[in-house]
Amino acid sequence: MAKMTKEEVIEVAHLARLAITDEEAEHFADQLEAITNAMELLSELDTENVEPTTHVLQMVNVLREDKSIPGLDRDLVMKNVKEHEGGQVKVPTILE
Amino acid sequence: MSLVEKTAAQLQEMIHTKEITIAEMTEKAFERIEALEPKVDAFLALNKERATQLAKEMDSVPFAERGPLFGLPIGVKDNIVTEGLETTASSRILEGFNPIYDATVVDKLKAAGMVTVGKLNMDEFAMGSSNENSYYKKTKNPWNLETVPGGSSGGSAAAVASGQVPFSLGSDTGGSIRQPAAFCGVVGMKPTYGRISRFGLIAYASSLDQIGPITRTVKDNALLLNAISGYDDKDSTSANVEVPDFTAALTGDITGLRIGVPKEYFAEGVGEAAKQAVLDALKVLEEQGAICEEISLPHSKYALATYYILASSEASSNLSRFDGIRYGYRTEKAGSLLEFYMNTRSEGFGDEVKRRIMLGTYALSSGYYDAYYKKAQKVRTLIKKDFDDAFEKYDVIVGPTTPTPAFKIGEIIDDPLTMYANDILTIPVNLAGVPAISIPCGFENGLPLGLQIIGKHFDEETVYRVADVYEQATDFHKKTPQTWEGAAQ
Repeated sequence: MAKMTKEEVIEVAHLARLAITDEEAEHFADQLEAITNAMELLSELDTENVEPTTHVLQMVNVLREDKSIPGLDRDLVMKNVKEHEGGQVKVPTILE
Repeated sequence: MSLVEKTAAQLQEMIHTKEITIAEMTEKAFERIEALEPKVDAFLALNKERATQLAKEMDSVPFAERGPLFGLPIGVKDNIVTEGLETTASSRILEGFNPIYDATVVDKLKAAGMVTVGKLNMDEFAMGSSNENSYYKKTKNPWNLETVPGGSSGGSAAAVASGQVPFSLGSDTGGSIRQPAAFCGVVGMKPTYGRISRFGLIAYASSLDQIGPITRTVKDNALLLNAISGYDDKDSTSANVEVPDFTAALTGDITGLRIGVPKEYFAEGVGEAAKQAVLDALKVLEEQGAICEEISLPHSKYALATYYILASSEASSNLSRFDGIRYGYRTEKAGSLLEFYMNTRSEGFGDEVKRRIMLGTYALSSGYYDAYYKKAQKVRTLIKKDFDDAFEKYDVIVGPTTPTPAFKIGEIIDDPLTMYANDILTIPVNLAGVPAISIPCGFENGLPLGLQIIGKHFDEETVYRVADVYEQATDFHKKTPQTWEGAAQ
């Protein structure tokens, strides 16, 4: 693992929708580099012919009949929304 | 004997003989919580008004219609949603969030007649091993208020250890029930993945998270697992398997039972006291008729790295839903929508959560996916196979729960790798999806140590049987912490 740079951390933070300062980026760069270096341990294992496990139990698709059922009550949902009007959630301007 | 020292059966007996009403029991629970909270800081929200009202109504339910947990108080970890009761997962980003429905486990608690007294502190979004990552408060270990209660279900374990409640629910992604149970000297069970519905559990790492009970005794733990287990069509990873009566498994007989003792769980980094306590426990189990043999789980040393790649990857995906639009914290400083998202999330999430989101985003990003995420999924296969192979010959696997007892608040908070190593003995269990319990097995410098008993998929019964035999043969669970003294009973 090459050294993790401040620029890489800023890029990853952007992908994760996190705003970070230069100072924070340097701090996280050191920590993330230490963590990813520790994870390099896995490279000593030969996993060429090993199947990945995405789920520990046998899984099957869960299907239900294609019919409409009531969703959450809109007035109740709106109780947790900071700003809303006419049954709709208000957000900042998207198109300028 | 005071109320807080009684088991579920003893409390039921008191209600049955009219020695106490449910309303009085609930009132006493709140009295004790109010007396101890200034020291322990376990609760984030109390449900006093509704719980008091409910308790009064419950007193009029005929005895014939009551189950074994009817009318008993319980605390719930704050990442489990409770209708009308603030649920934050200890994060600023969910400040003020009042769920409009109950998690399936909370529905089941209600059906069992339990009284939810409040929500318990935790590491933010269940990420942490010390409870120091909560946005709201730091819960203290009732055995020594300068030490951590463990994480992330530290509030759940501390509330039971200090006698604020006899029962609580936690969640366990990499050891988050068992490690705090060990640190606080109580009984904590991480059931088989899929045994309990995760509907309404705020997700951290969906393929690893599992809700479980924390109690003072093994039998109470089994009773609570009875109440919350079962298939749920609202959770597509819920297992459609039969739920036995777990208390029926407590036969007291482990004659001929085969116990595997992994040599890797006694490796460098595991403290001498923790090792010795487990070796002493194995002697007790042998005296009770079990056969103990050393085994190897050769891929144990890879579990920590595997876990942090997988858990962080899943977290980066799960936590993308927190955007400030529909609920919770919303930034004041935003021009564009992108700034709105970025500022909300940066102000709303704490450092540990940011660290894991970034690590997960990195591990899943183009160019690193094969090297990290896919590789970790393959190593998980090897770790799970270690357990499958061991369980061909052995009924349970036994080792320490944690390498050391509770550490001091602030001692390792700035050293993520050392902090992560706390869960080194519990993480393999989550990766394999098997059940495991931690029960008290000794002390080091006055702080509790935990014995971990691991079982086969859906064989919580054998885990409980072994735990119960050990508990009956020892006195560790009868000792009480310093905060116990002098508080309202």
